[in-house]
Amino acid sequence: MIDRRLWRGRVVIVTLACLVAAVLVGLIGIVVGSSSLTIPDVVVTLFGGGTGSQELVVFELRMPRVLGGLLVGAALGLAGALTQTFARNPLATPDILGVTSGAALGAVAAIVLGGGSYAVGAGLLSLGLPVVAALGAIGTAVIVYGLAWRGGVDSYRLILIGIGATAALMGVTNYLIARAQITEAQAASQWLVGSLSGISWASVWPVLIALVVLVPVALLQSSRLDLGLLGDEMATGLGMAVQRHKLLVIACAVLLTAAAVSASGPIEFVAFVAPQIALRLAGSGRPPLVASALMGALIVAGGDAFARAVLPDETPVGIVTAVIGAPYLIWLLTRRKHRESLT
Amino acid sequence: MRQGYAYTVHPDTIQRSATQAPRRPSPLTRAVVIVVLALVTLLATVLSLLLGSNLIDVGAVIGALLDPANDPGAVVWGSRVPRTVLGLMVGFCLGIAGAVMQGQTRNPLADPGIFGVSAGASLAVVIGVYVLGTSSVITTLLLALAGALVASVVVFGVAALGRGLTSPVPLAIAGTAVTALLVAITSYLVLSDETTLAAYRIWVVGSLSGRTLDGAGAAALFALAGLVFAVANVRSLNSLALGTELAHGLGENLVRARIVGLLAITLLTASAVAITGPIGFIGLTAPHIARRFVGGDHQWLLPASGLIGAALLLLCDVIGRMIGGNAEVPVGVVLAVVGGIAFIVIVRRGKVATL
Repeated sequence: MIDRRLWRGRVVIVTLACLVAAVLVGLIGIVVGSSSLTIPDVVVTLFGGGTGSQELVVFELRMPRVLGGLLVGAALGLAGALTQTFARNPLATPDILGVTSGAALGAVAAIVLGGGSYAVGAGLLSLGLPVVAALGAIGTAVIVYGLAWRGGVDSYRLILIGIGATAALMGVTNYLIARAQITEAQAASQWLVGSLSGISWASVWPVLIALVVLVPVALLQSSRLDLGLLGDEMATGLGMAVQRHKLLVIACAVLLTAAAVSASGPIEFVAFVAPQIALRLAGSGRPPLVASALMGALIVAGGDAFARAVLPDETPVGIVTAVIGAPYLIWLLTRRKHRESLT
Repeated sequence: MRQGYAYTVHPDTIQRSATQAPRRPSPLTRAVVIVVLALVTLLATVLSLLLGSNLIDVGAVIGALLDPANDPGAVVWGSRVPRTVLGLMVGFCLGIAGAVMQGQTRNPLADPGIFGVSAGASLAVVIGVYVLGTSSVITTLLLALAGALVASVVVFGVAALGRGLTSPVPLAIAGTAVTALLVAITSYLVLSDETTLAAYRIWVVGSLSGRTLDGAGAAALFALAGLVFAVANVRSLNSLALGTELAHGLGENLVRARIVGLLAITLLTASAVAITGPIGFIGLTAPHIARRFVGGDHQWLLPASGLIGAALLLLCDVIGRMIGGNAEVPVGVVLAVVGGIAFIVIVRRGKVATL
């Protein structure tokens, strides 16, 4: 019992620390950029006391980008934590539900076919890239879930069907890129890396709405996630409506990922790394939900601020998050042995 | 101290094996399955030699095979024989690598590329084009081989510094992290240079087109070494299937078992990736299919996975040659689409044996 209370306390501390760090990173993100602002400038402007040009820079240029980064990161971090927990597999990101590959195929098809004379592509492109990506993501996830349904969804079967669907869709995506004009191939590759440079208020709102609606749903499932770790049969025996719980968790993960991916392109790595880092920092039995979301926000917004402040030309945030997140996770992995040898 | 991995213990696995006796095919069934798979592979080989975008009638192909001087336009010996041989080798290697991989990690999401092999090979190829400006088949092959080996050494190093090599989980996570890092660097180079993108986007799809036997000797050597390690790992894989602790209790030297298995996976995958480019899908699916037919004993699972991999790759290559018209569809694409759909059908219809 003492052990349990101890790690609960640590989860709270880690969560609060992530929250503070995310807010700080958000402020820094608004400060850094091509036109110079100081932190006091930004704070004054946020409370309505800035000059016209300061307001333009802060509210129209920097805010959507920083907020977008925070929200996209939070959505991916939470989606990752949910998927890794319900699948009981640290390698299970929302990708395995086909979300990312579906979004990628939709977006790449729109980019590659949209430039040519194909009616399909032009039609897709007229919907707008974010809408096409979101449709691809949700559509694929529904198909994967439907195919995995045999009087209930078994996590293992869901994962395997997700693997098959992802492979097929990625094959088509790669083929489209290989056969496209080089400029369209570049645009498609750019989108596939994930970037915040094209983000505007219009693409921030859907992510915000998704988070506002889905975070409470996810948190309400929290105790059931613990039960679910015991396995389907055990959880059913303990009186849990397993299938309903799974459907809710999967729907949350899918919608959060779809919203994030349509806003920024697939910043895939975040959904894997944020829960893993949060888990190790908190020392808990499964990825802590809120801390994972905040860690995701921290990584994406921080990565983007870092890229704008330090790196020469516009480096896509998808690259920066991997370059920062991967070594950190590796460091956490290598540190593990020393802690264990002490206990 | 509390382990952060409640969810990597698969209670399902335990419950299932307790409640439903695992289907254990008799030795006769297994032998029949292997023979049938060998025949299917043979059929795929014949088809791969006979069919192609250049329509040559059967008699002429056989004539050319018997007497290289009779070869119309050097299609048979110049193109079909090399890609058939390479296809058999790559498919076989990937199938076996996948089976060893899943036996080692006991994770259905672990494909042979997870140790950074594919990502390392990709980065090496991209650096080759970016720095040297070359994308000839042989340079690409050697660079890919080198990149694959370096990347996997890094992954093993990270895992060994951490919790050691005995537990599969840190290894898989280290592999995923290193892969992400390499992919990020690759993306950066690809996005900043048009020539690099042009070469990379063709290579990354995975193809047998235009491959010759030049330089394949080096890859074959690595593949052979990988096969030897895989065979040496069979007994350990069978005890690892019972769980790390039971395997330890049975007197298994875990560190040795891991290292032999990892060497097998790396060498097999590296040689395959060097030849065709990253085709992860075979390693991921062939063992799942094989497990359904021959059960979990690796003595049977390994050859069955290898044969399924070889047959699958060759058949998909033939399909790719036939459907593309004058521009053939790369085998990686056909494999992903046909294989992906077939895999879904198999998973849906049958009871999939858990790891």
